Amino acid sequence: MFEKVLLKNMDHPESHTIGAYEAAGGYKALATVLKKYTPDEVIKQVKASNLRGRGGAGFPTGLKWSFVPKDSAKIPYLCCNADEGEPGTFKDRALMEKDPHMMIEGMIIAAYAIGAKIAYIYIRGEYELCINRVEKAIKDATEKEYLGADILKSGFALEVYVHRGAGAYICGEETALLESIEGRRAQPKLKPPFPAISGLYDCPTVINNVETFACLPHIFERGVDWFCSIGPEGSPGPKLFCLSGQINKPGLYEAPMGITMREMIEEYGGGACSGQVKAVIPGGVSAPMFPVSDLDIKLDFESLAAAGSMLGSAGVIVLDDSACVVNTITRITEFFNHESCGKCTPCREGLDWCAKILRRLESGDGKLEDLDQLEALCSTIFGNSFCALGVGASWALQAALKHFRAEFVQHIEEKGCPFH
Amino acid sequence: MELSKKLIEQIQLVAENYPNRRSAIMPALYLAQNRYDCLHGEVLKGIANVLEIPEIWVFELATFYTMYNTEPMGKYHIQLCTNIPCQLRKADILKRFLEDRLHIKTGETTLDGKFTLSTVECIGSCDKAPALMINQDYHEHLDENRVGEILDQLNE
Ligand SMILES: Cc1cc2nc3c(=O)[nH]c(=O)nc-3n(C[C@H](O)[C@H](O)[C@H](O)COP(=O)(O)O)c2cc1C
Ligand code: SF4
Repeated sequence: MFEKVLLKNMDHPESHTIGAYEAAGGYKALATVLKKYTPDEVIKQVKASNLRGRGGAGFPTGLKWSFVPKDSAKIPYLCCNADEGEPGTFKDRALMEKDPHMMIEGMIIAAYAIGAKIAYIYIRGEYELCINRVEKAIKDATEKEYLGADILKSGFALEVYVHRGAGAYICGEETALLESIEGRRAQPKLKPPFPAISGLYDCPTVINNVETFACLPHIFERGVDWFCSIGPEGSPGPKLFCLSGQINKPGLYEAPMGITMREMIEEYGGGACSGQVKAVIPGGVSAPMFPVSDLDIKLDFESLAAAGSMLGSAGVIVLDDSACVVNTITRITEFFNHESCGKCTPCREGLDWCAKILRRLESGDGKLEDLDQLEALCSTIFGNSFCALGVGASWALQAALKHFRAEFVQHIEEKGCPFH
Repeated sequence: MELSKKLIEQIQLVAENYPNRRSAIMPALYLAQNRYDCLHGEVLKGIANVLEIPEIWVFELATFYTMYNTEPMGKYHIQLCTNIPCQLRKADILKRFLEDRLHIKTGETTLDGKFTLSTVECIGSCDKAPALMINQDYHEHLDENRVGEILDQLNE
């Protein structure tokens, strides 16, 4: 079986403690980085590793860091996106509860590379155990001089603070996250300027996901070549997958990207509960769903993009043949409607309208024209939303309409849900 | 309203984590929420006074973010996840069960002020669905029996 990297310490009962982390070789990569490499060399190696962000968009991490201006009078900030709100996703929770130092070590390496002196970890408010464990980890790491005014006697200084979210999915969007730290309502901001140029408190800012940071120590401990040898060329490195829904063995699994949805569901998840898969959502509910005929599509950034969906947060949600797709997409649309920040009209009004039509269809009062209306609404929202929330919501709905039109028609003709 | 001395000190301490005081509003709201039963207007004004910022800045955050309670809540706030992974694992049955057992609808508080029932979006327990939170505590792998037991314990 594939060697675990990100989950390697998880079975240790004290894996969240600094003692266990050090005993497993933790913080050695940081020492190597500070001794051997200049910040530019760190960025170069992360670029060479082709590490791509694990938060949703898959943007190359080294490239993002390289956008931070070198000659700016303003000191850059580093932020960790631990808002994990994408339904079907629980990997960052596990990393912070069970192995917070792996993420923190990665953050220190990143801060060194971009020249940040202060970092914030934005953790969603519900994750109280994560918050407690990460705060304790920061304290312990500071005592051992992995954080603080003179890290491992290198002269490099970094302070890390936790900022606790308060129940708004949109805070996961990076510009909304920065607004939230600044003490404003979390509404996305226009890009450009991108945060790397002007972000938190108008200073250059890098934002990465928890899992992205957790990958970094391994790159410097075991080398770029080793990292690139895992998974396909365009999607290298260890990856966490969150398996949930109507599946026999839901759970958090580590696997190289490039395995197929079928392998993930059968070999890791023990198959669908009823024995028959109906649909799979590959990357959290923003990612367009696939019908069972597409199960051989590979779970990596490029393959999923080519197939009209995305790896997103790698939350793989399985629907078996007892599930109603109309009911599922209604609930998904209601979720996005509820979480819409209200800034722009297509998302705020359009999703509300979609949800109303979908509820009508699900309850058996729908008409065939409703399907055309939904298509029209989706294309308006898709092309005109200010941020990716509206885009993702309409994209997910379009896929359900495309792959499962017959099921919508069945609801209309039978004047009710055939699954209830 | 004058906030308690201890709370003022806590707010001033957390404000040091940020280069400006506006950033301290969210942590201050959490600190105040722990101290008072809910974040009513006088508490929000008190926070604005301590941080020396306009009141509206505090009010707009207290109402934008759902985890700040501007209305009194039951002693136990039951937050049932009804998002897709939990829904596929029959969270709707638990919703009806909770409403029947507590004799309230979702969004309401029992007459004795003991329980408030809410439905919430994904809480990150998808592999242990269906799941709910009571105040800050997670309860996972649930069915009607288990939820019944939890309610019995809280009722003792
Ligand atoms: C609506 C919305 C929600 C998002 N939620 C999250 C989230 O919970 N966690 C996360 O890391 N990224 C989330 N993202 C992506 C972030 O904007 C950003 O791309 C990411 O944090 C960058 O980190 P990475 O490059 O390491 O992936 C979200 C994006 C959008 C549009
Ligand atoms: S698309 Fe939705 S969430 Fe994004 S800015 Fe517009 S209203 Fe807000």
